[in-house]
Parts: sequence; structure tokens; C-alpha cells
Amino acid sequence: MRALSRRDALTALGATGAALAMTGWSDGALATVQEAADEIAKFTGGKAPVKGKITIELPEIAENGNTVPLRVSVESPMTAEDYITDVLVVADGNPRPGVATFRFTPMSGKADISTRMRLAATQNIVVIARTNKGDLFTGQRQVTVTVGGCVG
Amino acid sequence: MADRPRIRLPKQAKKGELIEIRTLLPHLMESGQRKGADGKVFPRKIVNAFTCEFNGKLVFSATLEPAIAANPYLQFSARVEESGTFRFAWTDDDGTVITADEMITVI
Repeated sequence: MRALSRRDALTALGATGAALAMTGWSDGALATVQEAADEIAKFTGGKAPVKGKITIELPEIAENGNTVPLRVSVESPMTAEDYITDVLVVADGNPRPGVATFRFTPMSGKADISTRMRLAATQNIVVIARTNKGDLFTGQRQVTVTVGGCVG
Repeated sequence: MADRPRIRLPKQAKKGELIEIRTLLPHLMESGQRKGADGKVFPRKIVNAFTCEFNGKLVFSATLEPAIAANPYLQFSARVEESGTFRFAWTDDDGTVITADEMITVI
């Protein structure tokens, strides 16, 4: 960590909370809501997704941002004629907004995925799902993070 | 280097049954955001892709970003119509591919 004057250090602590003081982040590293929106636009090709069909399971308060359990399920018959092809997960307050993209097939049987992610701070998790016909659905949940994941 | 992956799925299933698959690969998932004591950023080294195939056909795949926690855990479903082998593959940033096979018998 670079040398800080005592005053600078205290100001930084006061402004951003203890999590950011843990030497973890490069300067100004947190993504903005705009970057998250860009990431989503890349996935959707600019088409507006419809709200619904998506269930996001997250703890309301994540005490440890290094490993936050996440479950995403999308309503779909998952037949060869009608299924979810891919699901994008974006976190709008991390150094980089992308979390993961999951791709399903009719052999998946269910569009349902659980994983664990890192969250730097309290933020929104946005999920976009695409069907094989190109329809887009979206869902969003806020998660409160007590201690940010210092390793990003 | 990553250790052996851990995989949980049933040994047997009925035809057409929906089974649950849980996978975990021990891996640091260095995010490329963390700094050492000398102020240098540790270079990014994560598992960036995962695939699950059944008898050579793709069932599920994922692109992973640094925001996935260390020891990437993935739980997902598959519908099995016949006996066969699941092949799981994790691709590291350095190009290494770690694979594992699991058999299932349809009764």
C-alpha cells in the first residue's frame, strides 16, 4: 500500500468504510452503474428485457463479501422448442461488473444455477435471461455487504 | 495448480429423471485486483470457463469472471435419458484444462 498521511488515511476511512482500507483495491476501481448497463447492453444487443420469470436467491445481508451464495432460477419448460439459452449475472458495484454467463440446453432440464461470488460493497445484482426465441427477461436484487470481498 | 475437482451426482437415475450436479474445483481464483505488500497487483489467474457434457453432448457451460469466489462452486441440473458419462472441464487462464468424468446408470 502506498504511503498515506494520517489525515488522508482517516479521510479515506471515513468516506469509504473499512472494507476499502484493506489494501484491496486499486484507485477508483469500483465499476459504475453505467459500466454494468454497458455489459448488459452487450448481452442484449440493446433490446429491452421484460421483468419477470427470474428468481434470485441471495442473503439479505452478506457478512463476508468474499463468498456470497447466489442462486438464479428462470421459469421455462426447458424443452427443445422452448428453453433458456443463456443467463448473464452482473454486479453493479464491483471493480468489474461481470460475474458470470451461464449457458443451458434442453438437456439441462431446469434453468437453475447456484454458485458463490465476491462482492466489494453493497450493490445490486442484475440477471438477464435469454430464451431460444430471443426473448429477454430480467430480475434484480439488492444485497447488503458488511465486509467487502478484498480480492475483488 | 489446482487440486482434483470434487463432484457430487447420483450413481443411478430413472430414465428422464432430473438430477442435481454439484461441482467444486479447488482454485485460488486470483482476481487481478489484489495488491501485495509491495503495492504490486497480483496478476489475474482464474478459471474462466466450465463445461459439462453428457455422452459428448453439451449440457451446461459457463463463462466465469473474477467476481466468482475462490474454489469455484457450481450447482446445476441435468435430465438423463440413458446411461453414460458426464465429462466436466475447467479452463484456467494459463490454458490448462482440468477434466473429470463421472458415470451414471439409468435403470
